[in-house]
Amino acid sequence: MLPSYLTMAAILFCIGLYGALVKRNAVVVLLSVELMLSGVNLNLIAFSKYGVVPSLTGQVFSLFTITVAAAEAAVGVAILIALFRARGTVNVDEYDEMRR
Amino acid sequence: MFNIEFNGEFVAFFIFSAIIVCGAVLMISLQKVVHMVISMAGVFLGLAGMFVLLEAEFVAFVQVLIYAGAVSILMIFGIMMTNHQDAGTEKVLPLHEGLAAIGALALFGLLFYAIRTTDFPKPLPFQGGEDNTMKIGQLLYTGYIVPFELLSILLTVAFIGAIAIARRLPEKLDGTAGEDTGIDGGSTEQAVQLQTKEAE
Repeated sequence: MLPSYLTMAAILFCIGLYGALVKRNAVVVLLSVELMLSGVNLNLIAFSKYGVVPSLTGQVFSLFTITVAAAEAAVGVAILIALFRARGTVNVDEYDEMRR
Repeated sequence: MFNIEFNGEFVAFFIFSAIIVCGAVLMISLQKVVHMVISMAGVFLGLAGMFVLLEAEFVAFVQVLIYAGAVSILMIFGIMMTNHQDAGTEKVLPLHEGLAAIGALALFGLLFYAIRTTDFPKPLPFQGGEDNTMKIGQLLYTGYIVPFELLSILLTVAFIGAIAIARRLPEKLDGTAGEDTGIDGGSTEQAVQLQTKEAE
């Protein structure tokens, strides 16, 4: 059963990667990053049950990951709102100050 | 290779994975941003069901509360605070999208090959399914007390920082209102405006 969960997590991670690379709305890019983090969480919890030495440590670690992801989402949305106020767009293609 | 016995866990796993994959693909392919966030909430709920299958009930409820509740609402607020009208007006770059799709598919192929060729050893029986919350609490407050407290500090700093970044500062005294965030985006335009004023 473990390879099925790992494959599911890989599918989630790859869809999130594709979304983060392709999408231009910055909110959707943040959502895609959350999708990738969820894939990692699924890996952690699958190994905490089906690993060689199953224990609750993987679940505790995934709790920490969820907390950091929540903080990341909050700061990301705040930066996005500030950027939108300064530039008037949420299109990530137009945030190119460091390139010109 | 696909030696899967059709028991109840597999049927539940199949249903939840169908929910998750459908939500994720809809998130990529839908046009309006709000619909994307709704489908993401579906993905998070399916993941919570999968965590229940893996005997991680506490993490499943945390997932529902934080991801499907808080993060989705936060993203919807982010959409509301920014512009949400111009949906479907993205210009298409076929080369860029094709390269991204090839890269993601290559990564998935690599991961799939690695997962399928590894023979995972038979696991020991998992003890932690019953009284899951109590055991996690005991672990958090004995073995992981220092990371736990560090995380509380991180959360406090992150939320104060988020408020400080997104706050609308009061207008300046000399009447030049507006561009008040810490990010210096419109500075060149302001400089140009100041130069034209001086020229006049």
